[in-house]
Amino acid sequence: MLVALIAPFVGAILAVLFGRWPNVREGLSLVSGGITFLAVTQVAMALHAGEQIALTVLEPVAGLRLAFDVEPLGMLFALVASLLWPVTTLYAMGYMREHHEKNQTRFFCFFAISISVVMALAFSANLATLFVCYEALTLATFPLVTHANDRSAWRAGRVYLGILMGTSIGLLLLGCVAVYGIAGTTDFTTGGVLTGPLSDGKVSKATLGVVLGLFVFGTGKAAVMPMHRWLPNAMVAPTPVSALLHAVAVVKAGVFTILKVVIYIFGIDLVRDLDAHTVLAYVAGFTVVAASVIAMGKDNLKERLAYSTIGQLSYIVLGALVATQGSVEGAGMHIATHAAGKITLFFGAGAILVAAHKKNVSELDGIGKRMPITMACFLVGSLSIIGLPPAGGMWSKLLLVEGTAASGDWLLVGTFLVSSLLNIVYLLSIPMRAFLRPERADIDHHGHGEAPLSCRIAMVTTATLTFLLFVRPDLVYYLVQSLGQGASS
Amino acid sequence: MIAEHAIILAVVLPLLAAPLCILLGRGFLSWIAASASVWTSFGLALHLLNRVLHEGTIRYALGGWEAPVGIEYRLDAAGALVMTVVTAIASIVLPYSYTSVRREIDEHKHHWFYACLLLCFSGLLGITVAGDAFNIFVFLEISSLSTYVLVSMGRDRRALTAAFKYLIIGTVGATFYLLGVGFMYQMTGTLNIEDLSQRLLAMSGDGVTPVYETTTIRAALSFLTVGISLKVALFPLHVWLPNVYAYAPSVVSAFLSATATKVAILIFLRVFYTIDGKAIPFEALPLAQTLVPFAVAGAVVASFIAVYQRDVKRLLAYSSIAQVGYMICGIGLATAAGLESGLLHLFNHALMKGTLFLAIGCVVYRVGQTRLELLRGVGREMPFTAASIVIGGASLIGVPLTAGFVSKWALLTAVLAEGRWVIAVLVIVSSLIAVVYVAQILHVMLIRKRPVGSERLREAPLWMVVPTFLLALSNLWYGVVDGRAADAARAAAAALIEEVAR
Repeated sequence: MLVALIAPFVGAILAVLFGRWPNVREGLSLVSGGITFLAVTQVAMALHAGEQIALTVLEPVAGLRLAFDVEPLGMLFALVASLLWPVTTLYAMGYMREHHEKNQTRFFCFFAISISVVMALAFSANLATLFVCYEALTLATFPLVTHANDRSAWRAGRVYLGILMGTSIGLLLLGCVAVYGIAGTTDFTTGGVLTGPLSDGKVSKATLGVVLGLFVFGTGKAAVMPMHRWLPNAMVAPTPVSALLHAVAVVKAGVFTILKVVIYIFGIDLVRDLDAHTVLAYVAGFTVVAASVIAMGKDNLKERLAYSTIGQLSYIVLGALVATQGSVEGAGMHIATHAAGKITLFFGAGAILVAAHKKNVSELDGIGKRMPITMACFLVGSLSIIGLPPAGGMWSKLLLVEGTAASGDWLLVGTFLVSSLLNIVYLLSIPMRAFLRPERADIDHHGHGEAPLSCRIAMVTTATLTFLLFVRPDLVYYLVQSLGQGASS
Repeated sequence: MIAEHAIILAVVLPLLAAPLCILLGRGFLSWIAASASVWTSFGLALHLLNRVLHEGTIRYALGGWEAPVGIEYRLDAAGALVMTVVTAIASIVLPYSYTSVRREIDEHKHHWFYACLLLCFSGLLGITVAGDAFNIFVFLEISSLSTYVLVSMGRDRRALTAAFKYLIIGTVGATFYLLGVGFMYQMTGTLNIEDLSQRLLAMSGDGVTPVYETTTIRAALSFLTVGISLKVALFPLHVWLPNVYAYAPSVVSAFLSATATKVAILIFLRVFYTIDGKAIPFEALPLAQTLVPFAVAGAVVASFIAVYQRDVKRLLAYSSIAQVGYMICGIGLATAAGLESGLLHLFNHALMKGTLFLAIGCVVYRVGQTRLELLRGVGREMPFTAASIVIGGASLIGVPLTAGFVSKWALLTAVLAEGRWVIAVLVIVSSLIAVVYVAQILHVMLIRKRPVGSERLREAPLWMVVPTFLLALSNLWYGVVDGRAADAARAAAAALIEEVAR
């Protein structure tokens, strides 16, 4: 596990040292990505064998123990992030060169640091460590968001830092300390740590409801409305950043935090007992629908994808807050399937930007003839997000709907279905335009062809992964099925 | 033999080195003398801290006369912690001062500067070891008087009025303290702090009238509270501080911000924990109810004022007032966890504010200005200074992985353990405001472009950058790697609370 934590960090240092030779630098990034993934799979094997993997670093003051411990949900998140990192690096090599971005060394360096922090976050053993990693992730990704170094990038950076830091210091930290104050520990424990104090009468259900609210809104990275504004803003970053960080690592860190809190701090049964969980679930449900509606109105491709991400994240939050066995499993699984699907879509958007210099959906008519591979991958990604076969998104959505139905709240079930219909409208329309409509004659196409080779390889890999998740959902389901255990329904 | 007398050597060496500096009469020679004595004190302080943590409170009878007749030096864990902070900051500031002072203070005053710095240093150390209330006053005056001189040495003429204002207010504070001690003496007939606490306890124990209900003790405590609060710059008694920090030479700002208020807080602990025992001020009299609201109000209001400052040093000064609020808030909770958080924040704040003031000193060395709008883009051309400001600022906000986060976490848990939700929320509001003012500095220095046509700046000289950067790194070191500061704070808090229980 130590290797998994340190390898990306070493990669960052090497990227700086060999910054002068781009080929060496990126080769090393790939290698450290591979090592990280191997290490994570090793950890997964060990977990499978039933080993306890834990590591304590430091405890400066009581309650602030920096420690790592592996459990299935973190394992899943680490696997997803570490698998997609080398793929994104490969993609970034082609993208950054083709796009003539400046300061590429800095880019690869902070990229690797971010992944290192994500690994630490996934393996956190308690809320305090999770919070530390959460903040570190915000800071490590900040230079990536402002990479373009112009006025709009800095404005976006301000919104990014302002919302993420503001919510986390203002609400999340208070939530963490409150849990420590109530339970005397912040360790992630199966079944939660708050049931005891509640039955002792130390704390009322209303207070716990407020604390749950602190977590849901304090985790700005999960982009539950009204804390979502940073995500569309962060799209000024280079596309590989949007792809890996703002579709996979950072936002998933947010929903991962909420899932962890629901499962291991509150306990699924307790959450279902709180009145607040219904209110918060409706907020998430509103986000799901509202984000989809906004996405339909966006012409800028990356912004459309960003709003789609906001909606999909709230699927996971919703699944966590509904808190039935099925919905939590579905939420965990959605982390993996949405990651694979959305990263494919972002890769597609970046490929279009690099090859055709087009940012808007309305310009994409007929582009499928010039970029067949890109758009085919895009189609697979769209299907996954919508939840249609043959893509992995179907299984997680099925679990989520089943789990929500088990709670008997048909309005929320309806939310999922409406949102899926909206997904079809705003996502599937893009490949349809690309393949079925004739090319527009009023814009200059520069006679462009396909994206760079490394971009195509990366896209096909993630699209295949999406398909793989459809054929073998058991790979992921094996990890998530233990999450709902111990819940009474 | 040396080890036995370490406690007094640490204080007396700088006191002796001060006149030596004047006799040497040259800037360079006196710098060497000052450095040698400060570093020796630092070594002794580390040794003493180690011993106190392992063996408990050290006592040293001056001239072999046993207390309570003779004067006693007494070093407990809290004192040793503050002593280490003071000596450590001084040893970092001195190499820095050599270059910085040549730019900011006239050549013929250099040896006076080092002499005053040493006097101030030895006064501050004296307070940490003094075992009787009157000696604390004497050392307080030594350090205060030399501070007035140090502040007025700035080239900015406004430094003179700042120093004068501080002189008046500081004297009022010290006199109030002396009055309080006088009343105490009248009631008990002793000045030794341990003896005082025992006699007070005995007097309440006889059951006739509880001693704290006598007007004399109440008046004494009132004078002590107000007097020390003036020295601590507890809101709303903080008015002297912003100008002092803003117009003093950079070295002095850094040294004072990291040490002077910290030592004043130690006096606070001496009076309310060691002498009176928590029982009297916190349980019988409404001290906690008075102190904590002021502390928290200070944390919020001063942060808010800091946002509107256009001068970096004034901005940092207001932030210091806010941070003092955190410490007093922790101490005012009167629990072991609260005390621990207060002491830990005392240590960590010395690191972060020291870093920031030193870094600003580097900027002053090159730019000669501290007004925010004149510092546009400076950070782009002074990378190490900028990095130090980023780290120090992050620590000030309480970003995880920095020392500031550790103490903020400790404070919040201590506050919530008492169930004081409102205070917790206000502390968080205050740190959100800190985000705003730190972001302002960083925005101006790093993101704005240098005005067109301004000459290219170089990084400050190595003698200044290295100490600054080391101190900045220590913010990360104590945030991530090293838990010893927290251990020491815990031991100190435990020792103080134990004294109360006795």
